[in-house]
Amino acid sequence: MTKKIYTKEEWIKALAGLKSSYNIFVPVRDGDFHTFKVLDEKKIPDFNFQNTRLSPKSLVYPRSERLFEYTLDENAPDVNIIKESEKDYSPRAIVGIRPCDAHAFQIVKPNFENPEYQDPWWTQRYESTTFVGLGCNAPDSTCFCTSVGGGPFSEKGLDALLYDLGDTFLVKGLTEKGETFLENAQGGKTADETALKAGEDLAAGVSDKIEQKVSTDKLKHKVQTELFDAPFWDEVAFACINCGTCTYLCPTCWCFDIQDEVLGKQGDRIRNWDSCMFPLFTLHGSGHNPRARKVQRVRQRFMHKLKYYVDKYNNGVQCSGCGRCVRNCPANIDIRDVCELMNG
Amino acid sequence: MEKLLENPYLPYPVRIDKIITETEDRNLKTFRFVFLNPKDEKKFSYTPGQFAELSIAGKGESPIGIASSPTEKGFVTFTVNKVGLVTTRLHNMKEGDVMGIRGPLGNWYPWEEIEGKNVVIIGGGFAFTTLRSSIIYMLHPENRSRFKDISVVYGARTPGMLLYKDELAEWEQRDDIHMHITVDGTDDPDWKYNIGFVPTITEQKITSADDAIAIVCGPPIMIKFTQPVLEKVGFPPERIILSLEMRMKCGIGMCGRCNIGHEFVCKDGPVFSLAQLKNMPPEY
Repeated sequence: MTKKIYTKEEWIKALAGLKSSYNIFVPVRDGDFHTFKVLDEKKIPDFNFQNTRLSPKSLVYPRSERLFEYTLDENAPDVNIIKESEKDYSPRAIVGIRPCDAHAFQIVKPNFENPEYQDPWWTQRYESTTFVGLGCNAPDSTCFCTSVGGGPFSEKGLDALLYDLGDTFLVKGLTEKGETFLENAQGGKTADETALKAGEDLAAGVSDKIEQKVSTDKLKHKVQTELFDAPFWDEVAFACINCGTCTYLCPTCWCFDIQDEVLGKQGDRIRNWDSCMFPLFTLHGSGHNPRARKVQRVRQRFMHKLKYYVDKYNNGVQCSGCGRCVRNCPANIDIRDVCELMNG
Repeated sequence: MEKLLENPYLPYPVRIDKIITETEDRNLKTFRFVFLNPKDEKKFSYTPGQFAELSIAGKGESPIGIASSPTEKGFVTFTVNKVGLVTTRLHNMKEGDVMGIRGPLGNWYPWEEIEGKNVVIIGGGFAFTTLRSSIIYMLHPENRSRFKDISVVYGARTPGMLLYKDELAEWEQRDDIHMHITVDGTDDPDWKYNIGFVPTITEQKITSADDAIAIVCGPPIMIKFTQPVLEKVGFPPERIILSLEMRMKCGIGMCGRCNIGHEFVCKDGPVFSLAQLKNMPPEY
């Protein structure tokens, strides 16, 4: 596998050269935060960031996406016939994605791609994307990736991984997709022993810095119905205002809604992100709602992530430890505390 | 990457072939659909107990149980209660109109397990649709010998609210199926069947659980009061089969809203045994 070293200028130049073969998404500064945008002449990639405020899940799974289209014109021969919308699945790369966010796609994968059904849009966009990660030199106090199967330099879900060594990037190819990407990247030189050692030392040093430890070991053995009836849910949900920020920011929250939108005689069937925090999410046509109360919805979110997912997929918890929900919850609800309660 | 062969979200185009108003309140209609592309009928190969998404351009989709039986060829039928956006639009459509069907979706009644046993079917209100599918399927000459006694308790609020009245009358005449039709109440002096709630009639008519399996489909209140009756007769939870309803969108276990615990009603259900449900959170 390729192991190369680039000065930071060389790397940015190499990315510019790759634009002809890939749509390249890079972190750029956007006000006080960072966000992934397509690299073009006007954008300056900024790899000096903690993490993007929003997770990069939207690059594979857009917030709103047209799935189908149709005409309602009674005179058209194909009136009311629902047709697939054209999609562009040409190669793309997300460069600088944090390992927690790449791991998140792997956590989400069994939902969209399972033996019975494949979600064509998620799957094809995921397959057409090369994930070039950037290891975390300075994790936040809210990060807990090491407790949920990841790590600041974890290679899970990545095709290549960058190590920020100060003035230079060490880059390692991890998969065939990553190798192809690096073969096409101009410049750089083969990494020597010193550079490789520097990368290893960096990774080892940072992992020790993540002090946040969350226990998930007993979740699998808990009885689902007992955890569902646990006495702590009222207290956990008490402060929640059901705003949905956690589900919106979460890289592993995948729930969606499908809606038809019509303008004149043209119609689209659209998929939008949805949230288990909203009562309409489960409201039956009859008026009955199995999760009408806030505490039921809050319980659903945590039970889904930390118990139902565990039971269904045998793939760990549905959380990559990115810490976004912890940092951004207006009511200071902390999934790490809830996890400890559930695991206790 | 090569294009995937089947998009599970893409409905098959169908034409409304026939519309029957079933009930006196005109709120329940049966729609018979014919596939525009004959090949799609083969792909839409289903088993009694499954459902499909009825898909209307400009309105959306509604998950509805399949009321026809796979032994009925050339069409597929659904009986639809007028409730929301999609079903109201459907009720306003006419024969010849084109729309979509997506499916078949979900699991089905456990036919392998039911085979060779006595079958007790208990239905209430407009939840009788997949039960109608099952009865037609079992009574088919090719299938009838695979099942022992078939008993049916079916109730509605009034005689005018019963679905499939012609077929009910026909089944009443047959000697290879025991029908117990009931209504909550009626002032019709000519009503010749039972009067009483489904759990009460079940208690009177279903007296043995020997080598029998019960399929129950109806409003939550009916299920709630029928369950103890069946348990008293001797049905263990493994042999009480229920079909559930839930708000759905994708129908294929991805959109996240119809779960009960880690099971999705759309994909892992809608059919569950009472034994299964007892191990799931009571959130439905």
